Amino acid sequence: MSIEQDTAGAGRPESIRAVPVRHPGRWIAAAIVVVIAVAIVHSIASNPRFEWSVVGHYLFDERVLEGLRVTIELTVIAMAIGIVLGILLAVMRLSPNPLVSGGSWLYIWFLRATPVLVQLLFWYNIAALYPKIDLGIPFGPAFIHADANSLITPFTAAILALGLNEGAYMAEIVRAGIISVPEGQSDAARSLGMTRLQTMRLIVLPQAMRVIIPPTGNETISMLKTSSLASVIVVGELLYAAQNIYSVNFKTIQLLIVASIWYMVCTSLLYVGQYYLERYYGRGAAREQELTPLQRLRLIALPSRDAGAR
Amino acid sequence: MTGEPMVRAEGVRKSFGRLEVLKGIDLEVAPGDVMCLLGPSGSGKSTFLRCVNHLEKINGGRLSVDGELVGYRAAGDTLHELREGEIARKRAEIGMVFQHFNLFANMTALENVTCAPIRVKRLGREAARARARAMLARVGLADKLDDYPAQLSGGQQQRVAIARALAMEPKLMLFDEPTSALDPELVGDVLGAMKQLASEGMTMMVVTHEIGFAREVADSVVFMDDGVVVEAGPPAEVLGNPREERTRAFLSKVL
Repeated sequence: MSIEQDTAGAGRPESIRAVPVRHPGRWIAAAIVVVIAVAIVHSIASNPRFEWSVVGHYLFDERVLEGLRVTIELTVIAMAIGIVLGILLAVMRLSPNPLVSGGSWLYIWFLRATPVLVQLLFWYNIAALYPKIDLGIPFGPAFIHADANSLITPFTAAILALGLNEGAYMAEIVRAGIISVPEGQSDAARSLGMTRLQTMRLIVLPQAMRVIIPPTGNETISMLKTSSLASVIVVGELLYAAQNIYSVNFKTIQLLIVASIWYMVCTSLLYVGQYYLERYYGRGAAREQELTPLQRLRLIALPSRDAGAR
Repeated sequence: MTGEPMVRAEGVRKSFGRLEVLKGIDLEVAPGDVMCLLGPSGSGKSTFLRCVNHLEKINGGRLSVDGELVGYRAAGDTLHELREGEIARKRAEIGMVFQHFNLFANMTALENVTCAPIRVKRLGREAARARARAMLARVGLADKLDDYPAQLSGGQQQRVAIARALAMEPKLMLFDEPTSALDPELVGDVLGAMKQLASEGMTMMVVTHEIGFAREVADSVVFMDDGVVVEAGPPAEVLGNPREERTRAFLSKVL
């Protein structure tokens, strides 16, 4: 085929013009979805018992916001403990020393084999088992003595229970990430004279992050909501604050909606954070990175200027 | 050739479980020489190469690089295993290039080359960058500094890998089938970079299926099969006039 022929259009096959296949099933399915959605929205909006004005009134109530602060604090601290512990346990699990990897296995098994609510109650009642907590040399002298009841407040009990439990789950996530990195990467690192620790820190873990981040985001979102269990041991988090208020004014549903709205807001923010983290650790994995929604918006708004994507 | 060989193997044996992969390898590589290792797949060439920088631990025999045992210290008749740090220090003096490049996927070409000099050799960041730029320019990639491995072709990736190894100023370079994973038209660039390196006097051990390269560049050729050295000598002898039937049979298939 020569170029002249193409431009002349003589030798070029005609474009296809055909009657498309009809998809009546898709139209019916779409109609059903729309009807259900409208019905739900209508029932929520027209049912006066929702008392949306009450929801609006309590949404920014000082006690609710204080509960929200505690929830965020719990989530952040427990996840931080979980991630650090998870990396440590994962590296231990992959150790050639059978006692080290066995110890890690046992920890993971023990914490995954019991409900987190039970662990929460255990930590809350730890003073019954160990009224005094001593820090020092095992079987030797102790340097710090503390009264368990004053040391383990409801808040620290919640941090311990949620963080230590999360560590077990994070360990499996981190381990999956580590073994997803091809062996050739550590071969190359070691052939350049890096020690095992350097290889892990500089080469393997940064690449494992691509696999670790999505489930970690999932865990964080899950932790945000699991932290509501701490209400059981009188930690003043979001759900506890809502319960406190409705136990007095009996606006139960409205305050549960208030709490739910804040959980939804936080979860949505976590979605955004996860998106950018995934992008950051995904660099180098694909030939070209997709534009972020913001970059795409900028491209639409300022079409003349290259938004500097990449 | 006088003096200490760069690599000396005496009766080197290596097993994976019950499978014996190396059944007593003897060979010597003189400083500045290029040795090509040929042989069918599964003959133990790559395993031997990985033993030289202690990525694999040998089970028997003696293997030394530049007069020092690989992985051990001899005190009288007893051998002491080296500590991890000591092994790492010795590996840093030996460069290795892999069949599948193994560039660090999380780093740009430049970062791949600067990483080890900065972290292992404690070279200053700026000095390492300057050296890396020079190395990458030498292999014809001066314009690819900020590309990630996924954005480079196979031939480009392998040349970055060569630059990464050279940036550590090794005294010995190991090449493990460096062109086997490349498209035919990209092989030439990599072989070119290797030829240049050989002409500059680098000691090299090359596992390859490129008979032409072996004939042109190698000072000695070793033909291995089933974990033993079948035949070794100058390329004109081993490739031009092989003594052993097995060598002849192999060459007739690859030529």
